[in-house]
Amino acid sequence: MAAPSPPPPDPQFVLRGAHSAVHAVHFCDGAEGRPLLLSGSLRGLVHVWSLETRRPLTALDGHRGQCVTWLHTLPRGSQLLSQGRDLQLCMWDLAEGRNAVVDAVRLESMGFCRASVLAEGPQRWMVAVPGRGNDEVQVLELPSKTSVSCLKPEAGARLGMPMCLQLWQAESSSRPLLLAGYEDGSLALWDVSTRKVCSRIACHSEPVMGLALDPRRARGVSGSAEKALAVWSLEGQQALQRGPGSPSPGRWASTHLGLTNPGIADVKIRPDSKILATAGWDHRVRVFQWRTMRPLAMLAFHSATVHCVAFDTAGLLAAGSGDQRISVWSLYPPT
Amino acid sequence: MDPVASAVRLEVQEAVHILSSSEDGGHIVSTLQSLRRYLGETETQAPLGEQEEFSRTHFSTVLRCVVGKLSPDWLDLLPDGQLKELWASFFLEGPADQAFLVLMESIEGAASPSFRLMKMAQLLARFLSTGRMAAVMEGQCGQQAGPASRLLQETLLTRVVGLPDRLGNRLQREMLAAFFPQNYFPLLGEEVLRVLQAVVDSLRGGLDCSVSFLSQVLGKACVHGRQKEILGVLVPRLMVLTQGNCLWQRVCWRLVECVPDQAMEAVLKGLVEAAPGPEVLSRLLGNLVTKSKKAQFVMTRKLLFLQYSCSTPVLQSLLGYLAMDSQRRPLLVQALKELLETWGSSSAIRHAPLEQQRYVSKAVLICLAHLGEAELRACRDELLASLMDGVKNRLDSSLPPVRRLGMTVAEVASARLHPEGPSLKFQYEEDELTREILALAAPWPVPDGPSEAGLPVAPVGGESPDQETVDGGGPQAGREGSDSELDSDDELVPYDMSGDREQRNSKTPAYVRDCLEALTASENWERWEAALQALEGLVLKSPAATREVSLELAKVLLHLEEKTVVAGFEGLRQRALVAVTVTDPARVAEYLAVQFYALNYSLRQRMDILDVLVLAAQELSRPGCLRRAAQQGSPGPGSQPSVAAVPAWQAVVEERVRRKTRRFCKGSAGWAAAAGPNEFNAVAGYFFFPLLQRFDRPVVTFDLLGDDQLLLGRLAHALGALMYLAVNTVVAVSMGKALLEFVWALRFHRDAYVRRGLLSAISSVLLSVPAERLLADLPDELLEARSWLADVAEQDADEDCRLLAVKALLLLEKLRDRLLPLSSP
Repeated sequence: MAAPSPPPPDPQFVLRGAHSAVHAVHFCDGAEGRPLLLSGSLRGLVHVWSLETRRPLTALDGHRGQCVTWLHTLPRGSQLLSQGRDLQLCMWDLAEGRNAVVDAVRLESMGFCRASVLAEGPQRWMVAVPGRGNDEVQVLELPSKTSVSCLKPEAGARLGMPMCLQLWQAESSSRPLLLAGYEDGSLALWDVSTRKVCSRIACHSEPVMGLALDPRRARGVSGSAEKALAVWSLEGQQALQRGPGSPSPGRWASTHLGLTNPGIADVKIRPDSKILATAGWDHRVRVFQWRTMRPLAMLAFHSATVHCVAFDTAGLLAAGSGDQRISVWSLYPPT
Repeated sequence: MDPVASAVRLEVQEAVHILSSSEDGGHIVSTLQSLRRYLGETETQAPLGEQEEFSRTHFSTVLRCVVGKLSPDWLDLLPDGQLKELWASFFLEGPADQAFLVLMESIEGAASPSFRLMKMAQLLARFLSTGRMAAVMEGQCGQQAGPASRLLQETLLTRVVGLPDRLGNRLQREMLAAFFPQNYFPLLGEEVLRVLQAVVDSLRGGLDCSVSFLSQVLGKACVHGRQKEILGVLVPRLMVLTQGNCLWQRVCWRLVECVPDQAMEAVLKGLVEAAPGPEVLSRLLGNLVTKSKKAQFVMTRKLLFLQYSCSTPVLQSLLGYLAMDSQRRPLLVQALKELLETWGSSSAIRHAPLEQQRYVSKAVLICLAHLGEAELRACRDELLASLMDGVKNRLDSSLPPVRRLGMTVAEVASARLHPEGPSLKFQYEEDELTREILALAAPWPVPDGPSEAGLPVAPVGGESPDQETVDGGGPQAGREGSDSELDSDDELVPYDMSGDREQRNSKTPAYVRDCLEALTASENWERWEAALQALEGLVLKSPAATREVSLELAKVLLHLEEKTVVAGFEGLRQRALVAVTVTDPARVAEYLAVQFYALNYSLRQRMDILDVLVLAAQELSRPGCLRRAAQQGSPGPGSQPSVAAVPAWQAVVEERVRRKTRRFCKGSAGWAAAAGPNEFNAVAGYFFFPLLQRFDRPVVTFDLLGDDQLLLGRLAHALGALMYLAVNTVVAVSMGKALLEFVWALRFHRDAYVRRGLLSAISSVLLSVPAERLLADLPDELLEARSWLADVAEQDADEDCRLLAVKALLLLEKLRDRLLPLSSP
């Protein structure tokens, strides 16, 4: 190494004032293209932060004091989905300063599983949520709230509860796929329309806590309670697209990357697929180069478990932690 | 009288007379030419009977006469060197053995540097280069040995083999290249081959032949230490010739069989070394070992037990040779039994050099690899018994290489002897030797069985890499395909990640007493670990607080067990204990030294005590060196990542200052080591004397003079180190005296490790005690030590011991040299 490595970076700014542990963060565009950051707290509030003034604009209270675990805005429109431990999936309308729950879906499962959304058409979305049975995943269509399918593993599979979900549609195919990480540490790739498991891999020995997928490369990463990240890639993706009943299910290949401390709460890949960030139980955010999985930075700012990380399209990284703070970082700005 | 004989004699007498008196060139030539008729190479040959008569009785007389006349004038009697050619032809064409003998005789008789000597030497070189040596030897092959011819053979033999030496003696600096041993013996080898070829041919023709003269030549050459030269030529050719040719094989076997007993060892050793493998050796030797007692002794005892100079391939071909024939295999089994016995005998382990022990171990494993299941089963009990004895004896040894040899050989041998039972398994670090030894253990194919015995290991190793590539190759292949357009630019520079350490939940204790409490009472393992890690730093930071609890702390640390897995536990504990000892040396060192002889400690703890005492003494006598090293090794757990940035700007500033400062001269930098008082001075006695007190008083669990010799060795080393560190202290003299007594009591200890300790202790006494005091107070002890050292330096079986003794002797010499100038005026 010729040049010494630069000292660890400091956060761009820190958002204080959530007044309870932050369990979900999400970037979105507000009115007139002003960037906003949404955060969900343990006390059930969803805070909307302006990234320009770095102050909370408003706080949405819709989950009756129960922890907000997942936030997502629907593209093209100011509609917000929030999932809470009160077993509600709420749809908010934030347009023109409104902040009212428009609709809500009753969830059936008390698990830790976060939902996942896939836009099917301009006004149609598909959302995957944990289902009624312990090991089921339910896929709903919004806004009609009709159940598209219910994905239940075979009787003898013993996967345990689903822990994290990722809906996904390959570019060349109209067939939606669902990646689900389960309690037993395995990942399963479901074909939503046929309700069949296309393939499965056991890549962790502990429950899968978070996963992120790079759809362009059919490659993804998952974290668990273990001391390692698993990087896997889906081969034979074409075989999958051929349709159900295809004799050769997709093959997986996975490698492990050791970490210093165990426990990963969340994994995200930046939209430009350059870097990825992990939220660690060891209070640290770790940044890796996505292509090579080379460790790039260890962000030791928080003093409690980091629950969630999020990237925005401009390259900002936000991390929400149990120490009630949200740190925002600007690393390796996209060119 | 036979008319033919008398006619020839008359003729020869006349010719000799003419030759010795005539000065006329033409006359001489005609005489010589008439004599040449008897050699049979000219147009006008003499009758066959006359030729025989001439060559039997008169040839050497004529030659001697011709040699006697040799001088520059005589040769110039005729122009163009005609006479010279004619003269030479007598030697080159007549009966070779006589010509050779006369040549040698005249060379040895010639005055040292002379025309005649040089001429004769050149003629001998020509004689050799025209292949007459083969004729000399061939002449001896057909003859039946009568007493006269045996004498002749004896003479020829010494001349043939001793030729380079004799010529070297005569010619001195004028020596011709052809007579250098490195040239002559290969030539001799070629000639032997040619004679053998002739022998084989005549055997084919139904004629009887003897190769015993060749065997003698071979034997003598080998005894003279020329195995490499002569066999280097012979073996490769014989290897080719004997392949699939029974006659050649028989001749070859006979050749080795006829080697005289006293030369057998040299020949066999040369052959074993020159043969490229057991098959060749087997072709060349046949069943020699079953026919010749001497050969059997050489092959199964001398080369295996009494010597250990063969390289591993040579050993392999030797034992492979024994294994190749069913008649020889019993010998191999016998050899294995004896080898194992030697391998395990406690006396051999103590007294044989390590090199030989390695040799025997290798031989054992090669034997095992050659023997089949059935043969091993037949004598399994016997072998296992001596193996187990050997393992025990070896594990008792205090020298690590000996122990490791025991472990490796025992693992392999037990697996081989007892394939169905549980095999022995030891923990040891692999090094080059163990790898080499393990490689030897791969079984060889039994001669008759299918040759697949070596294979089963291979597939196991062969498959796994494949699986790995299946696992690891996937993502990489996918990556290359799709990434080329995505990630052309990114060489993202990583930030400093040195702060990325394992996270602890509990706080590290901040006071020595906290640590003490955490170490004794805590059930919180993280706290316990943190306390252990923080202890050394805390002790060094607050010596006063440490002194209050030093004894308890030492007690706790000494008894500390590794309850959870802590990285570097041993080191942490040792460093903490050293720090405590350094902080309060008198009390803690005395406590530790007394505990060394206490009842209920494990070996490990007693060794720790010794190590800690030595390290603490080192720290006290050279303050700072240990502490600095320790701090560099483990930066405190609380250090912030930003600390890493500091050296960067410091370096920048220093660089700037350096560039803008002009210096006229520069002192040697880095010589700023602070000089301080030797703190060890006051407390050395506490470290040293309690350790010496009770080594000869065994307790129930601890008997230094009995089984615990390893610890005795450690003790001797530790005492030596303490003595060395006590240099320039007041107590050094009495320490030295006590230590010399200790050494004197144990000097004939049978364990090499103990002896090494004692020797190094002597050296440190010589280094640390002032010379005048040594001479004044301990003259008798020194004298005794000196004679003992001289004995060890010459006779000890252990190489290190010899080396240490020599070093100590050198120190003694230096001491004397230093004192002599003082006393002489």
